Amino acid sequence: MTDMPVEETEIIRPPRNQWLDVWDQFKTHKGALMGAAFFVFILLAVTIGPLIWTIDPTYIDIRARNQGPSLGHPFGTDQLGRDTLARMLSGGQVSVAVGVAAMALSLVVGTFIGVLAGYFRRLDGILMRLTDLFLALPLLPLLLVIIMLFRDALRSAFGPEGGIFILIVGVIGITSWMQTARIVRGDVLALKEREFVLAARSIGTPSHRMITRHVLPNVLSPIMVSATLGIANAIITESALSFLGLGFPSDFPTWGRLLFDSTDYLQQYPERVIWPGLAISLTVLSVNYMGDGLRDALDPRIRGR
Amino acid sequence: MFDAPRRKLVEVNGLKMYFPIHGGILRRRLGEVRAVDDVSFDIYEGETLGLVGESGCGKSTCGRAVLRLYDITEGSIRIDGEEIGDAGYKLLRARRPKMQMVFQDPQASLNPRMTVARIIGEPLDEHTALSKPEKLDRIYELMDAVGLNRNFANRYPHEFSGGQRQRIGIARALALNPKFIVCDEPIAALDVSIQAQVVNLLEDLQSKFGLTYLFISHDLSMVRHIATRVAVMYLGKVVELAPRDALYGAPMHPYTQALLSAVPEPDPNIETRREHIILKGDVPSPANPPKGCNFSTRCPQVMDICRQIDPEFREVVPGHYAACHLHDIQQTRTAGEPAAQEVSPSDQQGEVT
Repeated sequence: MTDMPVEETEIIRPPRNQWLDVWDQFKTHKGALMGAAFFVFILLAVTIGPLIWTIDPTYIDIRARNQGPSLGHPFGTDQLGRDTLARMLSGGQVSVAVGVAAMALSLVVGTFIGVLAGYFRRLDGILMRLTDLFLALPLLPLLLVIIMLFRDALRSAFGPEGGIFILIVGVIGITSWMQTARIVRGDVLALKEREFVLAARSIGTPSHRMITRHVLPNVLSPIMVSATLGIANAIITESALSFLGLGFPSDFPTWGRLLFDSTDYLQQYPERVIWPGLAISLTVLSVNYMGDGLRDALDPRIRGR
Repeated sequence: MFDAPRRKLVEVNGLKMYFPIHGGILRRRLGEVRAVDDVSFDIYEGETLGLVGESGCGKSTCGRAVLRLYDITEGSIRIDGEEIGDAGYKLLRARRPKMQMVFQDPQASLNPRMTVARIIGEPLDEHTALSKPEKLDRIYELMDAVGLNRNFANRYPHEFSGGQRQRIGIARALALNPKFIVCDEPIAALDVSIQAQVVNLLEDLQSKFGLTYLFISHDLSMVRHIATRVAVMYLGKVVELAPRDALYGAPMHPYTQALLSAVPEPDPNIETRREHIILKGDVPSPANPPKGCNFSTRCPQVMDICRQIDPEFREVVPGHYAACHLHDIQQTRTAGEPAAQEVSPSDQQGEVT
């Protein structure tokens, strides 16, 4: 450190896009890279897979029922002779979509409420009591009531599958944002008293930019963690709903539905439980690793170590 | 030099900043912490007013209140002739470029997730409509001005030493060409060797850009070095305000005398023979200040009147203000007026005339 401006011998690098730094750090996290690769693989499988593996997942071939793995049916067939691989692929589409959408919804709601409650003291009481109220609600009866009330209306508006999709995402989203909101509020409360927030106030930064520029980037770590846990949670809740018969129609494959249908044959054909179970677990695991790597990459203090 | 007509850049009058204390089951308001209690001072253009006092006496709160980072309880603050004491958010935002702040803890005052370029560029983002390359030029210019290598622009605050971080903070404060900067103990968190660098940098910048400082510190020798005039605070009040040499040479208030006697003397011969004024007891709680003079509980020259009536903050010698009854008596003796002129102490507190 000198008092004089240093003579420039090398070319000054212009400010770099921060996302390049983030990507550089993300690349060094092996688990995160593998997780991301696997998640991309799953995404590709469920979106492009059905175009390659063209067997109709709802096609019933009663003579080929209960078959083990073979060339024609790599994952075997179910009790009605439907191809399990095809059902896994099209079921994955719905499960992953529900997981990501419900996670995004609960994250947005949770972060929004958490930031408002933490930043604006006047809203704190009301919003936190609302959070407590949602936490205290018994989840299953609530889901039953919501599905009973809105299923038909949404079905007629968006078609049977679209309506249920919106319903399930909505239900999972609005019943799982509370943890995020609480964690975010706590962090915002602590951040708000930091001197750099005061410094921004002395510059005259308005509240909304204060939140997006100074508060949100610094609460990213807990948000990221609850996001990765949230995706897993959403896929599993969707499975549970399908399991209870409250989710998608019974002939519509999802990973949860496949799991539910296969439990009847657990003794005779255990592999049928393993496929959807493995798919859910691996997706959740890959997302967790990805979140872990992303959290490290987004923190400049960890970056470069 | 004080007869020369100089423009007052900052005029603070009767500034009060009380923080409420809530307690009990119903969170009722039980009382208030009088962090800043009726403080008045002026800062002339181009000068440095040093604000000294021990920890917890309200120096930092005073500095922040002057910039309206708090909603003040009472009082008037005029900066560059414009009243901002009761200004709303919009007017305040429009005036922010004129007044900036350098914070005490350079680690905490920089957002750990922003690069140096973004930190220094934030005021420019908020108040100017510069294009990206223009903004970058200005950022580099500021980095040169505070002695930071241009290559540091992409780095994050945690990669710097304390002194370098403080330079980033100073560059951010300078970005909008302010007239007035509140330096809130800018050197307290730094190494002694770095302190000198930062103080010299502040002085260089002052002469270069014609800045006016309110320099808050508890380091009396550093204030002696940088300040033109010095205000001494005790328990939320300014007890003495005088040009630097007058204050260090002939302190009038017993608290200032005690404070100055605590500064060690480099010469060991003088140091051993020097008389130290050692104050007894602790600073009273600002939530429950003593009746009469705030310093009456610890003052070595306390009189009966001190425990009854709060002394008026008045000009004892031209340019030299103090709030002490010792000087009331001297004045009344010369002027021949009765000593007990304070009929209602409340409306005489700290009025500067």
